[in-house]
Amino acid sequence: MNYIGLVIGYIFLAPFIGGLLDGFDRKISARMQRRVGPPLLQPFYDVIKLFKKQVITVSSAQTFCLLSYLFLMILTGTMFYAGWDILMCFFVMSTAATFLYFAAVVTSSAYATVGGNRELVQMMAYEPAVLLTCVGFYLAEGTFSVGEIAQSEFSNIMYLPGFFVAFVFILTIKMRKSPFDTSTSHHMHQELVKGLTTEMGAQNLAIFQVAEWYENVFLMGVVGLFIINSDPMSIIAAVLVIVAVYFLEILIDNSSARMKMDDMLRLTWLVTLFTAGVNVLVLMLVRIF
Amino acid sequence: MSVIPFLIVFPFLVGAVLFCIRKNRVRRAFAYCCSVIIIGAVFVLLAQWLAAGAQVMTFYYDTHLADRVILCGEVLLMLLVIVQTIRYRKYWIMLLSIIPTGMMVYLELKGPAVSEVGKIYVDHLSVLMALIIGIIGGLIVIYGAGYMHGYHQHHKEVRDRRYYFFMIIFCFLGAMFGFVFSESLMWIDFFWEVTSICSFLLIGYTQDEVAINNSFRALWMNLFGGVFLAVGIWYFVYTQGSVSLHELVDNGAAGDVLAMIPVAFIAFAALTKAAQLPFSTWLIGAMVAPTPSSALLHSATMVKAGIYVLFRLAPAMAGNLIGFMIAFVGGFTFLLTSFMAIAQSDGKKVLAFSTISNLGLMVACAGMGKPETVWAGVFLMIFHAISKSLLFQDVGATENSLHSRDIEDMHGLINILPRLAVFMLIGIAGMFLAPFGMLIAKWSAFKASIDTGNILMVFFIAFGSATTSFYWTKWMGKLISFSHVGERKFKDITKKNEIISLTIHAILMVLLCMLFPLISTVYVDPLLHEMFGLSTQVLPQSLLYMLVFVILFVFIVPLLAYGYIRQYRRNVKLSYMNGINVGDNKYFVDSFGDNKRLWLSNYYFHNMIGARRLMEPGQLFMTSFLIVMMIMIIGGVVA
Amino acid sequence: MANVKRSPWLLHYDGSSCNGCDIEVLAALTPVYDAERFGVMNTGDPMQADIFLITGGVNTQNAEVVKQLYDQMPRPKVVVAVGVCACTGGVFKDCYNILGGADTVIPVDIYVPGCAARPQAIIDGVVQAVELFQKRSDEHDELVRKGGA
Repeated sequence: MNYIGLVIGYIFLAPFIGGLLDGFDRKISARMQRRVGPPLLQPFYDVIKLFKKQVITVSSAQTFCLLSYLFLMILTGTMFYAGWDILMCFFVMSTAATFLYFAAVVTSSAYATVGGNRELVQMMAYEPAVLLTCVGFYLAEGTFSVGEIAQSEFSNIMYLPGFFVAFVFILTIKMRKSPFDTSTSHHMHQELVKGLTTEMGAQNLAIFQVAEWYENVFLMGVVGLFIINSDPMSIIAAVLVIVAVYFLEILIDNSSARMKMDDMLRLTWLVTLFTAGVNVLVLMLVRIF
Repeated sequence: MSVIPFLIVFPFLVGAVLFCIRKNRVRRAFAYCCSVIIIGAVFVLLAQWLAAGAQVMTFYYDTHLADRVILCGEVLLMLLVIVQTIRYRKYWIMLLSIIPTGMMVYLELKGPAVSEVGKIYVDHLSVLMALIIGIIGGLIVIYGAGYMHGYHQHHKEVRDRRYYFFMIIFCFLGAMFGFVFSESLMWIDFFWEVTSICSFLLIGYTQDEVAINNSFRALWMNLFGGVFLAVGIWYFVYTQGSVSLHELVDNGAAGDVLAMIPVAFIAFAALTKAAQLPFSTWLIGAMVAPTPSSALLHSATMVKAGIYVLFRLAPAMAGNLIGFMIAFVGGFTFLLTSFMAIAQSDGKKVLAFSTISNLGLMVACAGMGKPETVWAGVFLMIFHAISKSLLFQDVGATENSLHSRDIEDMHGLINILPRLAVFMLIGIAGMFLAPFGMLIAKWSAFKASIDTGNILMVFFIAFGSATTSFYWTKWMGKLISFSHVGERKFKDITKKNEIISLTIHAILMVLLCMLFPLISTVYVDPLLHEMFGLSTQVLPQSLLYMLVFVILFVFIVPLLAYGYIRQYRRNVKLSYMNGINVGDNKYFVDSFGDNKRLWLSNYYFHNMIGARRLMEPGQLFMTSFLIVMMIMIIGGVVA
Repeated sequence: MANVKRSPWLLHYDGSSCNGCDIEVLAALTPVYDAERFGVMNTGDPMQADIFLITGGVNTQNAEVVKQLYDQMPRPKVVVAVGVCACTGGVFKDCYNILGGADTVIPVDIYVPGCAARPQAIIDGVVQAVELFQKRSDEHDELVRKGGA
């Protein structure tokens, strides 16, 4: 079966693809800042090092939460690449994100808790767009099944440009890119130290990093789903679009300053309401006539 | 099926007896026995009904005596309201009781002849309601015996009237049983009024000024709904010559224009009972009542009476203006009150707002009136009843031990009161996390609202579920943190009977989650078959398999993770506080060189989305919306 | 048997420095010198750091802080004292509140002298620290294999 291959591919290859994407990310960011930048495999060096370090922790429950986060994230992607229900995928993803929040607040650390709370606000900001993306697919294809959506006659982006914009917009939040990296502060020396991940050292940080890679590969899959159709050639187009979107995220990351949290919430909801709303209205009108 | 009259009459008798027993220990023992009998009777009912083939059944066609008893009951209730309103000088509320009672009495004595109907009606929905009322009600009585003991130890200023409290609780249980089994609208009206009055009396239990004001607010709003109910019934009797609820629904579903007005009025009445905007404030005010009554009346059962009526009416509302009105009110309430819940830090208030919010979703499901949405609504109702009852009881027990029900004070509850914290976590997880039923129900509601082309609902659900998970998650986060409340030691004074009730609730919760696909095919699909006359499986088979998989996975993963972390020896370090922790994670050195306590708090956005900011505009908007819609519906029929 | 030396993450702590060395440390991390070429990242979090860069002398007030930060770093770890103050106490050595160099409270591995230390010197110090980090990591691995850790 096709799907079995995809699922096995996802489970075993996603960390490598995610890590490579991360490596490209850092390399391209460096070039944008006129630097040479780290080697392409730098993210893997980092994670391997983190796994080799002494296991330390503030609260032993943190590893538990992080492992749950990782496995639920893998489950999300597995369900997606197995061609199951896309809405259910996102529900499981939000459960996974909840565990990440727990991993932050369970330490009762000042910085991690602030980061965690901001992560919650981020979740609140992106969830409507994510759910509405599913609605978009359903309106266009009449099904939530990823397998069937991927087999559609035309690329879904033709019907869903508004949803695509909304999704790419919230992708910036999900990928923890500036201007929306309010919860982790990816770059050094910020008021949050490392935000959400402040109390994650060594192995715990490595688990977090791997889970993020799984998540990115899943999210990129959703981006690809907008493009892919029954024509096998569309896979190439999908890959190209994914690369373009990723590049766009890097560009945004490097060219914008961080936003205040409540501004982020307002802006994201406005964009979601506007783009998805207009798109939905058009689709409904098309459906009626 | 003589167990049904038993279920209705027995609690009233128990209530009368309890009122006479003034010895706490005796009364407690008696209350235990009776609640166990009620739970048993509910199961007997289920068994008998299943043995009889799980079909729709109608009984008791000739009930002259019972009709007269009910008539006397209505008049008595009216007298009670009159006395209370005169005593507290809220004279105008009296009118809201006199008008419907007068109408009912006139209908009964001088009204047109109506066709004979069986007064008792048994089907999947009413049995389900009876199970919820019986099991949860019985457990809450058991819990309440222990809780009220602790309550009166801490609230010396409140006069100990436990005999009165338990009397009303039992009367309420009887009325609820009567309500869900009644087929005659006259009976429904009577039991409806009884539940309103019970709620009123329980809210005023403490008899301080706030409680009395809130109780009268609840009274007038519920009685106001009662007026609409009476008008609807009156109109139905005069135009169609019948008092049968099912005839009304059938006529409405068949598109009979004359059935539109009674359906609209009764649905409107249901909105007041289900505390939808603009009638939400009574339920918020009702939180001053002791916790068992909040759990039983204001979350698990009484407010569900409104939902029950709407489910019954759902086929008659599908796709018409009434359905649109109800769905819009429900969806709007769902979104707006979930915003307000974010801005609350009082645990019971959060529960109250989230109750209204979830009721809103159920109302919207009923309003859309499709099999899928009613399917979702029924599951929302089941899961909401259990997890909310669990949460209310738990917050009550926590308050007795912690002397506070503020969520900020529950920081690190898992270290302070581990048992209660675990129950609370289970209850909250049930409210929004995958794979618990609420989420699946939301999935279905979402899908159905796209299918019906109800785009407004889609947006309501998309934004509402984001805000819903926000306030639940931050509450859970508070519970699992390290304690910084610290030095004060709290003793867990939770009584054994409270723990029994909580444990059973938690087990039910997890069991329901596991058995969810089974319940869907075995029970809820036939329910929809009865209601809509079609036999489809709402949940596609593939999704069922997927659910089983997800459920297994989500339960197994944390276990595996736990097993994995146990084998590691780890070094516990201080948390990062710029290196100025004072020995532990609770204190740091401030700029004066003194030790300062670290205090962590959640986000509430008081100024952005507080109830003060949103409640009144929401109420105004909904009031004008309801007025316009009612005029349009009536105008549509008349013209 | 991977090279941990490709991923040294820094924790930079300013003791009671005059900020000269701090500016140089940050200069070494700017695009001009581009320390990220070697995988160096400046993290503000001891939990995630491998190399502890300390500038300025240790005084009575921050001695506890330095000790605590050092303690919060997971093994293997390396300490680099940057600038003469961090090495010995420098011109502040005899001040009433100065205890001396960083080695008065924690074990220092690499000393980078200079007032202020030049970026090139700092990078050189870090490169040496990285070698040491690799060595310690191998020893740590050995311990883990024997079931210690």
